[in-house]
Amino acid sequence: MELEILKYLIPALIMFCCGVYGFITRKNMIAILISLELMLNAVDINFVVFNRFLFPGQLEGMFFTLFAIALAAAETALAIAIIVNLFRAVKNVDVRNVNKMKF
Amino acid sequence: MDLSLSSHLILLLPLAMFLILGLTGMKMSHRLAGVLGTLGMGVTLLLAYAVAATYFFSGSSDFVDAAGLRLQYSVFDYTWLEFTDSLVIKLGFFLDPISAMMLVVITTVSFMVHLYSLGYMKGEVGFQRYYAFLSLFTFSMLGLVVATNIFQMYIFWELVGVSSYLLIGFFYTKPSAVSASKKAFIVTRFADLGFLVGILILSFYTRTFDFLTLTNSPEAVMASTGGATFMGASVLTWALVLIFMGGMGKSAMMPLHIWLPDAMEGPTPVSALIHAATMVVAGVFLVARMFPVYLQSSSALMVITVVGAATAFYAAVVACTQIDIKRVLAFSTISQIAFMMTALGVALPTIHEGMGYMASMFHLFTHAMFKALLFLGAGAIIHAVHSNNYTEMGGLRKYMPITHITFLIGCLAIAGIPPFSGFFSKDEMLTAMMNNHPFWGYWMTMVAGLTAFYMFRLYYRIFWWEENKHYAEHRPHEAPLTMTIPLIFLALVSVVAGFIPFGEYVTWNREPYEIHLDWSVAVTSIVTAVVAITIATAFYRKKNDLPDRLTRRFQWLWTAANRRFYFDELYMFITHSIIFRRVCQPIAWFDRHIIDGTMNMFASVTNRASSAIKGLQSGSVQSYVVVYLLGSLAIAAVVCVCLI
Amino acid sequence: MDSVGSYIIYGIVALSIVVFSVLTVTTRRILRSATYLLFTLFATAGLYFLLDYEFLGAVQIAVYAGGIVVLFVFSILLTSRPGDKSEKLASRRRMLGGVAALATLAVVGFAIFAHFSSCQLAPAVEQAASVDMTSIGHFLLGTEKFQYLLPFEAISVLLLACIIGGVVVARRR
Repeated sequence: MELEILKYLIPALIMFCCGVYGFITRKNMIAILISLELMLNAVDINFVVFNRFLFPGQLEGMFFTLFAIALAAAETALAIAIIVNLFRAVKNVDVRNVNKMKF
Repeated sequence: MDLSLSSHLILLLPLAMFLILGLTGMKMSHRLAGVLGTLGMGVTLLLAYAVAATYFFSGSSDFVDAAGLRLQYSVFDYTWLEFTDSLVIKLGFFLDPISAMMLVVITTVSFMVHLYSLGYMKGEVGFQRYYAFLSLFTFSMLGLVVATNIFQMYIFWELVGVSSYLLIGFFYTKPSAVSASKKAFIVTRFADLGFLVGILILSFYTRTFDFLTLTNSPEAVMASTGGATFMGASVLTWALVLIFMGGMGKSAMMPLHIWLPDAMEGPTPVSALIHAATMVVAGVFLVARMFPVYLQSSSALMVITVVGAATAFYAAVVACTQIDIKRVLAFSTISQIAFMMTALGVALPTIHEGMGYMASMFHLFTHAMFKALLFLGAGAIIHAVHSNNYTEMGGLRKYMPITHITFLIGCLAIAGIPPFSGFFSKDEMLTAMMNNHPFWGYWMTMVAGLTAFYMFRLYYRIFWWEENKHYAEHRPHEAPLTMTIPLIFLALVSVVAGFIPFGEYVTWNREPYEIHLDWSVAVTSIVTAVVAITIATAFYRKKNDLPDRLTRRFQWLWTAANRRFYFDELYMFITHSIIFRRVCQPIAWFDRHIIDGTMNMFASVTNRASSAIKGLQSGSVQSYVVVYLLGSLAIAAVVCVCLI
Repeated sequence: MDSVGSYIIYGIVALSIVVFSVLTVTTRRILRSATYLLFTLFATAGLYFLLDYEFLGAVQIAVYAGGIVVLFVFSILLTSRPGDKSEKLASRRRMLGGVAALATLAVVGFAIFAHFSSCQLAPAVEQAASVDMTSIGHFLLGTEKFQYLLPFEAISVLLLACIIGGVVVARRR
């Protein structure tokens, strides 16, 4: 029984950790965005799993995931628009080069 | 002409000339600028004569009352700044005997100098600037003498100082001229500090700046201090002595005289105008203007007498040893002004109806004329010989007859030989001193003898002695007409000015006073002068080794006098070795290391701290994420440990 | 969930989630990274199917795999040349990332294990059934309690704003 929920949560946890690792280490902004998607996805899985195993009669977790997917799509679209625009300005997508606004 | 209009014009015309020549002068030719300046000055001269004549001779009830007492009259008096009801600064035009007399003196000498400079300064770079500065100076000096209140006087006093600075430093490419102008400015500014403090003390107690109020009720001035004393002397005495300190600076009284000999670096006509005839007598004028107040404090008068007498003797001795003819004249000026100061100091109304005041003003008038004459003559000689030192001169009487005659008249006048003007004024002064205390009388008679000696020493070394060898290659020539006309005019004035019944016009209480020669004094001074001139003749008429032998005999005395009794060295020692090294350097060290060091320490600590923590604000989201994540994990770990 | 087949399927899904997640963040070619992401997302969808959320799995495939990953691929192709490698990472940064990831793993793993090894879940898990489309439609467009018309509309407005924003930001000036 306990193992039943754990076997869904463990892959999600590993996916989240990979997202964290990628977010911190990558320099390419698109790769960072990809890592972000991984983390988001892991959290989605958690919602669904908790919905299924803890509150099986309800659907809040599922709908939350549904809306999170829509939000992820919106966020990705905007982020990529910004990245493309930045790419025009600095000719690459390395996050270290985007510090002109700092000073 | 209307008095109000002409008195406005007297002030505004030179100012306008200054602005016109100063702003547009560079576009004009030299000739136009010079003629324009001279014409403006000529009109001012006529207006000033008209105003003075109106004041003295019209007999209007504004100027003289039924008993013959001359009145003080403000032609106009505008309120300039009004701080409170009692603290009001006005600008006006004040007419009384001495200001009317000063109008005449200033405009006359100024006009002569303008005219003379047409020839003397011909072809100099900055000719237009020179005329602009002359106009500025004339404006300031006129504003000074017609000041209705002590604050207006102070303003114009400083303006006079500025224009003097500008004119001394006229040849600003010459380092000696620049340092001389700085020296003059700093020394007189230092003295003006005392003047300002004096003004503040006086006006603090009297609640007024107005000369009319101050001089018409000196007893009230005395009473207003309420008998307050400071360090043993009454506050009034302090105020008056401090005000006199300003006068000491401008009039080059010892020990603030050191700037005047150096001021001879300026063009010679400037020396004639500013450093002989007008500006340097401002101190005398100041004391004369405040004279009724000075009478309230016999200590202040005593200070004036002592300072004057000491300066007169000192300057006369130094003048005997100088080689530069302008410096001889400069020390002679110091000596003569000190004469006037002493005469003011001894002018108690109880003695001979305060004739010292009249005599001082009389001498101011005649001295302005003959000293301007002497300076302009010296200018003509320098113009011809291209040197300031009399060792380059000698035997000039054949080459420059007009200069020779006029210079001789000036020398006779200053030496006090009748019937030249200097005799009369000097005789009045000596009489006043003799009546105050015989010591002053004999002391100053001795100075008068020295005066005659050094002037004739100068005269003989320039015009007799032996002809200089340089004349063969560079023959001296008589000065042009623009230069000789002023010389002749001033020489004429110097001859006849003594016969002006001065007592009719200028006395301390403005009541007419009958001048009569005191023959016992007069004979003494004439004999002294003649003896001095005879000695000078014996020494210097023909080239001989008598002076050199005498010099060697009293080598130390001669050297000391030639070095002006080491006053400059003393100042250098005080300023450099004591003030700069012992006071300023430690202060500078303190400022640089303690004050700045503290501030620098704050700055560097802030700097180091910020560079140490700036990594936290890198702007890199990834770093933020690491910190955020580790922080939230720490919280989560704590929660886990606590709950499970 | 009892059959061997479902275990096998679970094993494949879980394994591919772990492997492709790791590959996504460790490969140095960005295009491969996007491809591994796609596989991870597919596996996630498989997980949803295993949990009997067919609709959610379908949305996952359609939106994530079909929409977002394509967007990624397009932007990658726009911003980098084929064969581009991201340059070597500084070991310090990699260590930092590793520490952060492992710390997360440790703390959250400990929490999960500690929690679920000690508590009992509701017994109703077994009879959970799949949700049919009709009820989903009712849930989405209803205004009752636990129905989501307002968030639905908010999301649609957000998406509209996002489309406009994307166009405006990426527009060539």
